[in-house]
Amino acid sequence: MPKPNPRLQLMTVSSLILIILSVYMVLIYAPREIIMGDVQRIFYYHVSSGWIAALAFLVTLITSIIFLATQNKSYDRVAMSSAEIGVIFTTMNIVSGSIWARPVWNTWWTWDPRLTTATIMWLLYIAYLFLHAGLEGHDRRRHITAVYGIVAFISVPLTFMAIRIWRTIHPVIIGSADPDAEGQFDMTARMTTTLLFTASTFTVLYFTILWHRVRIQSLFEYMSKLQYQMYND
Amino acid sequence: MYNNNQYTKTSQYWRAVRTIIWKDLSIEMRKKTLVSALLIFSVMVTLVFTFALDLDKSTKDNIAVGVLWVTFVFSSTLGLNQTFANEKSQNSLEGMLLSPIDYTAIFVGKFISTYIFVIIVEIIVVPMFYILYGIPLFSPLFLLIVLLGSFGYTLVGTLLASIATRTRAREIMLPILLLPVAMPIIIASVQCSNAILSGAHWGQFSNAFNLVIVYDIIFLGVAIMTFDYLIQE
Repeated sequence: MPKPNPRLQLMTVSSLILIILSVYMVLIYAPREIIMGDVQRIFYYHVSSGWIAALAFLVTLITSIIFLATQNKSYDRVAMSSAEIGVIFTTMNIVSGSIWARPVWNTWWTWDPRLTTATIMWLLYIAYLFLHAGLEGHDRRRHITAVYGIVAFISVPLTFMAIRIWRTIHPVIIGSADPDAEGQFDMTARMTTTLLFTASTFTVLYFTILWHRVRIQSLFEYMSKLQYQMYND
Repeated sequence: MYNNNQYTKTSQYWRAVRTIIWKDLSIEMRKKTLVSALLIFSVMVTLVFTFALDLDKSTKDNIAVGVLWVTFVFSSTLGLNQTFANEKSQNSLEGMLLSPIDYTAIFVGKFISTYIFVIIVEIIVVPMFYILYGIPLFSPLFLLIVLLGSFGYTLVGTLLASIATRTRAREIMLPILLLPVAMPIIIASVQCSNAILSGAHWGQFSNAFNLVIVYDIIFLGVAIMTFDYLIQE
């Protein structure tokens, strides 16, 4: 029976403190954007959750490939846990973007290439989780979900590049500025600091949740093994 | 000697593919259930759209291509559900897996036979759209994009159908897994067909056309590389 892990407890506490600090940074430290006003502050969490979604799906891709190559079960646990977290952060990303778009674009939703590709990505990983829940037989489930995890990743670079390839109204803050975009602005030094701080906070938070989730999964598998032994004795 | 062996291996591979295609076609020729069901379903979907959208002349021209592709997508998904379900009922998939042939030959055979069924349905549905919606029938580029688009859709569909038949909720699982993966090729095919039928020149739809071809090639590669992992027990 695994005991509570002190390092994991430390990470949990530090991510809590970082989150509180990031709220201060976003609401008070960062300056008010001159045209959009306070609603622009959503940007910091919007970009950070998008970053974590991409990171989480990248981790799913890499661990799926390693799992198929090495057949080591712990990589499958990481892949599934990471996809779960990625779906949550994609939801946060889409919802926060929608709240920002209401005052700035004057609509909750529009079928812009970026929004379309993000939705496809979201649906793909929801399907991945459905598949994970719907398959019987552990070995079979691990192999099949690993393949789907690889197939689904195609949507991630596509979503990232969407605002850079196609003409879109979604702003490109980092990198080149697109004249078609609605709600474009230039970041000041304080804004950049705040964005970097929230992004790092979310990264710490991601690894903390991932660790918890993998731990729960291995405890769950340990428990089903005990159950199996109990019924077969 | 080596070349000779290689030649025998290749011809064996294609003999296996041919056998599987022939088996599926002769079953269908005797049962006549799948193609007839798909045809009736396609006609019904078309009619439901016609009534539900209560079409007048101008909307008809605008949405005809979209309705055509939705009909293809629905009826192909229905057909794809049967691809491996038939094998499952008599455990004949195990028989195929035990026979000394390359696993990908099973995939290629299954894919080609399903593609033939889809083409048969399209041969009847496209003229029907000519009658109901006035889609020009003898535009070679349009027919090409219909073939290429359904090639990609059937390809990914066959790959994911082999997964879906192993889940608990077989028939429901396939559309959930397939639609998000197939979204890019559906969007590109619709854009392409719309552009071709409205008489746009090559530069206006070359991007979408290339996307369809690239998608076909990528997923042909992905399918052949991953099918081994999906099918083995």
